Amino acid sequence: MKLSEAWLREWVNPELSTDELVAQLTMAGLEVDGIEAVAGRFDGVVVGEILSVEPHPDADKLRICQVAGNPEGVCQVVCGAPNARAGIKVPFALVGAQLPGDFKIKKAKLRGVESFGMLCAQTELEAGDDDDGLWELPLDAPVGQDLQTYLQLQDCIIEVDLTPNRSDCLSIKGLAREVAVLNRGTVTAPAIEPASVTATDTFPIALNAPEACSRYVGRVIRNIDVTQPSPVWLQEKLRRAGVRSIDAVVDVTNYVLLELGQPMHAFDLAKLKGGINVRMAQEGEQLVLLDDQELSLTSDTLVIADDARPLALAGVMGGKDSGVSNVTENIFLESAFFSPLAIAGRARNYGLHTDSSHRFERGVDYELQVEAMERATALLLEIVGGQAGPLIEVKDEEHLPQAPQVALRRERIASTLGLQIADEEVEAMLLGLGLTLIDRTADGWVFKVPSYRFDLTLEVDLLEELARIYGYNRLPKRSLAAPIAVPPQPERELGLPALRRHLVARGFEEAITYSFLEPELNRQFDPDQQPVTLKNPISADMAAMRTSLLPGLVKTLQHNLNRQQERVRLFESGLRFVLSGDELTQEPMLAGLIYGSRQPEGWANSQDNVDFYDIKGDLEGLLALTGATDKFRFEAAEHPALHPGQCAALYRDDQLAGYLGAVHPQLQQALDIPQSIYVFEVTQWALRDARVPVFQPLSRHPVIRRDLALLLKRDTAVSQVLEGVKNNAGEHLVDLKVFDLYMGKGIDPQRKSVALGLTFQHPSRTLAEDEINAAVDRIVQHLQAEFEATLR
Amino acid sequence: MENLTALTEAALKLVQDAQDLQALDRVRVEYLGKKGLISAQMKSLGKLSPEDRPVAGAQINRAKDQVQEAISTRRESLERAAIDARLAAETVDVTLPGRGEHDSGGLHPVTRTLERIEAIFSAAGYRVAEGPEIEDDYHNFEALNIPAHHPARAMHDTFYVDDSAFAKPGQAFVLRTHTSPVQVRVMESTQPPIRIICPGRVYRCDSDLTHTPMFHQIEGLVVDQGISFADLKGTVDEFLKSFFEADVPVRFRPSYFPFTEPSAEVDIGCTQCGGKGCRVCKNTGWLEIMGCGMVHPAVLEASGVDSERYSGFAFGLGVERMAMLRYGVNDLRMFFDNDLRFLRQF
Repeated sequence: MKLSEAWLREWVNPELSTDELVAQLTMAGLEVDGIEAVAGRFDGVVVGEILSVEPHPDADKLRICQVAGNPEGVCQVVCGAPNARAGIKVPFALVGAQLPGDFKIKKAKLRGVESFGMLCAQTELEAGDDDDGLWELPLDAPVGQDLQTYLQLQDCIIEVDLTPNRSDCLSIKGLAREVAVLNRGTVTAPAIEPASVTATDTFPIALNAPEACSRYVGRVIRNIDVTQPSPVWLQEKLRRAGVRSIDAVVDVTNYVLLELGQPMHAFDLAKLKGGINVRMAQEGEQLVLLDDQELSLTSDTLVIADDARPLALAGVMGGKDSGVSNVTENIFLESAFFSPLAIAGRARNYGLHTDSSHRFERGVDYELQVEAMERATALLLEIVGGQAGPLIEVKDEEHLPQAPQVALRRERIASTLGLQIADEEVEAMLLGLGLTLIDRTADGWVFKVPSYRFDLTLEVDLLEELARIYGYNRLPKRSLAAPIAVPPQPERELGLPALRRHLVARGFEEAITYSFLEPELNRQFDPDQQPVTLKNPISADMAAMRTSLLPGLVKTLQHNLNRQQERVRLFESGLRFVLSGDELTQEPMLAGLIYGSRQPEGWANSQDNVDFYDIKGDLEGLLALTGATDKFRFEAAEHPALHPGQCAALYRDDQLAGYLGAVHPQLQQALDIPQSIYVFEVTQWALRDARVPVFQPLSRHPVIRRDLALLLKRDTAVSQVLEGVKNNAGEHLVDLKVFDLYMGKGIDPQRKSVALGLTFQHPSRTLAEDEINAAVDRIVQHLQAEFEATLR
Repeated sequence: MENLTALTEAALKLVQDAQDLQALDRVRVEYLGKKGLISAQMKSLGKLSPEDRPVAGAQINRAKDQVQEAISTRRESLERAAIDARLAAETVDVTLPGRGEHDSGGLHPVTRTLERIEAIFSAAGYRVAEGPEIEDDYHNFEALNIPAHHPARAMHDTFYVDDSAFAKPGQAFVLRTHTSPVQVRVMESTQPPIRIICPGRVYRCDSDLTHTPMFHQIEGLVVDQGISFADLKGTVDEFLKSFFEADVPVRFRPSYFPFTEPSAEVDIGCTQCGGKGCRVCKNTGWLEIMGCGMVHPAVLEASGVDSERYSGFAFGLGVERMAMLRYGVNDLRMFFDNDLRFLRQF
C-alpha cells in the first residue's frame, strides 16, 4: 500500500524523521518497501496562468504564450506542449528556477523568439508519470503561489508491504493507530459527525446471504452535481496513494477506503429497480463490470442485486450499468461488511484483484460501516452538494462477527518468548493495540480483541503482539541446549554425498536442471512413459515432469557444446516422476553423461574419444564404493533412447537398477550433436546399501597365476564365461581378470580372442601344480562344452 | 725389473685412459688376468736366486696392487659417471602438467551450499529429512494452517499438477511451494524431541530476473518441551555467523507466515557493503535472508503433537540466495543454465 507521509502525520505525528518513521514501521512488521519523494527537488516554480497563445512565426510546433504568475509581471514563454492554451493553469518555472536534474532555467531565444521561463509537465518536476503535455492544475489554483506550497509537495510516498494478516493497517487510520502505539502517542482523527439529513429518501435493503454479508449500510443522496471536480487536496492524496482521480463521487469512496479502510460503492439511484438484495449469484447469471468485463457468475459468488439483476460483484467491483456517470443526479451509497470467507478467492476466480477485494479478503473492521458512511456523506455534500437521506443500516446480529476473547497466561510469556515482563507493561501494550481487558485471572488475563484485528484469536497471537511491540531485537537470545542422543551413523548406508564426491574426483561437474521439461523431449528419451504434466506451466517447454534425468543432462550438453565446450562430463541427482497405473513414484536417481575426449586435452593425454567402456568404468567405480560389487550384474538390454548394440541394464540382486549406454544415434542426430554421447542413469536405492567390511586373514603362501587365451564366438558374453570360470575353478581362485581382447587379423572373423588371468592361492599351504592343472582342465572343458571355446 | 716398472706405468696409463667399464676390464685382463702381463712376471721369479725371489715377488705384488687399486678407483669413477649420465638423461620437466584426469570436477554451488548448511546443523544434532516434490494440497497448505482461499496462497504462485491419473478422491496435488511439508510429514511420524533440517527443490510459478520457477530451500524444525523464541534467535544467529564465517549483524523483524506465530523475517547486515548501503541491499544496509518463527499450535496439533506440552521453532531459507551472497554470484538464472564455465568455478 502506498500512502502520503503528510497524510499519515495529519493523524499521528511522532517526533521522528521520515527515515526513523520508516525504520520503525519496518521493525514493527509493517515492512516499508520504498520511500519516494512526491516530487523531484526543484524551486522557483509557481502556479502560472496562460493568458494568451500565439503561433510561433518560424516553428510549427512552438507557441508563444503570455503567462501570469511571475511577481514581476506577465512573461512571454515559448512552449511546445500540445495542450498549451489560454485559460489553463500550469506549473511555471521562472527564470532562475532550478528543476530536477540540476537544470537551471535561463532567459532563452527559441527560433528567434525570446522566452522567460518554462511551463512544465509532471515528469519534468518528477511529480508523476503524466508526460502528455503541460501539467494542468485546478482552475482555482492561486496564480503566483509557490507550487510546492500549493500542492504540499514536501511529502514522501511510503510504500508499505503488508503481510496478509495485517488488514487493519490497510488504511491511514490503521497505520496511525500502529504508529501511535509504537510511540506511545495519540491519534488525532478527523471529527466524523452524523451528516445532516435533509431528505427523507430511503431505499429497501434485504440481506439474503447473512453469513456472507451481515451488515449493510446505505444512504440516498439527491441532487448532486457530478461535474464538480474533486478538490486538489483530495486529488493529491489519492495520487500519492497511487489512485487516479475519476470523478468526485468515485474519488470520495476511494478516499474513505484509503483513510478508514472501508471499501464503498456508489450506485446511480435511477438505475436501481425495487430494492437492494444482497444474495448469492445464481449459476450462470450475467454481469458486466465497470471495466467492461462480462462475467458469467458462479453460485458461490456474493452479489449486490436489485429486484431485477445483479448490480455488483460484492466486495470486488461494481457493475457498469448501475455505476455513477456524468449525468447521475441521485446516488445510493453502499458501505457494507462482507465476511472474508465469502470474498476470499472469488476475485481471483474471475481474474480480478481490486483494492476492495484485497481488503475484504483479509478482513475489514466490521464496526466501521456507519462511520465510513458518515465520512463519505460529509465529503460528498461538501464537494458535489445535494441532500442526504437518512442512514439505513441493516444487520444480521446472528451472523455479525463476535469479538473473540483470548486468555493469556503469564507463564507462557516467559516460556514462549523467554521474556520476563511486568504485568502493567503487558496490559499497557495490549490495551494500546485496542484490546479490552475483560478479566485478570490467577495465571493471567482475558482480553477482548478489537473488531479490526482479524489476526488475533489465540494466545500465541497475543504473544506475538507483545514481542512485536516490545521489539524482536530486544528479546533475549540463547544457545539451544537440549540433551542430544548420539545420532546413528549407519555404515551400511552409502550416502549421496560420497557418490557425488566420487564423480567429482573423476572429473564430473554436477548439474542441476529443472524437474520439468518439454513433453516432446521427454518423449524422445522415454516414449513409453506418460509424464505427469502441470496444469499451469511457465511455458509449454516446461510442462512435463521428467521421467528421466537424461534429457536434462543432454540439454545441458547441448547448451555447453553451443558454447564451444568440447569435453563434457556431467552428473545430476534428483527425483524422476513415474506413473504406473494410478500410482505415482517419485524416485531418486543418479545420472551421468560423458562426451568428447577420454582425457582432458594435454601433452601426455590421449586424444581418443570416450566409448561405452568409459561410462561403464565410471559407473563401476560408483558400484565399487558400496563394497558389494558381487551384488551387481550388467546385461545387454534395450532402451528406447540408447544404441541397441551399446546398452546395458544394471541389476542389483536381480532387481533392475538402471541403464547405461550410448545415446541412440538417431536421437543424437535429431538433437544435432556431432559425436556419440554416453550416459548412465541408476536409482539411488541401488547404490545405497553398502557392505561393512569383514576381515579375511591374509595368506602367507604364494599365488599361482595361469593365463588362458580363449577363442570365443563373438556374441558370447564374457560375463557368462567369467561366471563359468568361477563356478569350475574350485575354492582357491582368488582373482580373475580379462587382460586382453582381440578381434581381427589372424583369427576366425566369427570369433574373438579373450585372455583371462586366473590367480590361485590357498590360505594355509602352497598349492600343488597338479591341483592347479586339474582346476584349469575343468575350466577349459566346461568352457568348451558350454561356449564352444577353444584354447588359442 | 725395469720391465715391471714399464709394465706398471703402461697399465696405469691404460686404466686412466679407459673410457668405459669394458675398456677398463680389458686392461685388467691384459695385465692382471691369469695370463696377464704383470701376472706373467711371477713366472720369471724362477730364474732368480732364492734370496732375490721374495724381494722381487713383493715388487710384483705391489705392482699388481697398485694397478688393481687404480682400476677400482677408475671403475667407481666410471660407474658414478654412468649413473650421472643416466640420471641426466632421465631428468624430466617437473613443471609440465600431469597425465590423466588432472582437473577434478565440482559440486554445483547449490549442493556445495547445502552441504555446508547441513554440516553446520548436523554438528548441532539435526538430522536430514526429505519428502516428495509432487506434494498433496494437505501437506503443502492445509496442514500448515493455509486453508483454501487463504490470502497467503496468493503469495505462493503454485504450480498445479494434472493429477487425474493418480489422485485419490478429495486429494489434489501441487509442486511443493516450500520444504515445510516435510516438517509436517516428520511430525506425523515422529514424536518429539525433533531436530531436523529439510533441504530440497521447491517450485513457484514465477520466472523473471530474480525468480526461477524452481529453486532450493532448506528448512529447520525443532520441537521439544520448553523451546522458546530465544532458542530460535540463538540458533539463527549462530547459524548465520557460522555460515558466513563472520560476525555478521543479524536482526529479526516481525512478519507473517500462517504456520508460525510469532513469525519473523531475518535480515543480516549487507555482506556487500558492510551495512553502508549499496545496490545489493537497495541502500537499506540489510539483506533479507530467511523467515522463521515458533511453530503455530494449529500446525503442531494437525500433525498429532500436543501443543500444550511441546513447542517448537522452524526456519527456512533460500539456498540460491545464500550461495549468491557467499560466492558473489550476481545472476540467479546462472544456477540452472549449467554452463560449465560457471560450474567449474565451484
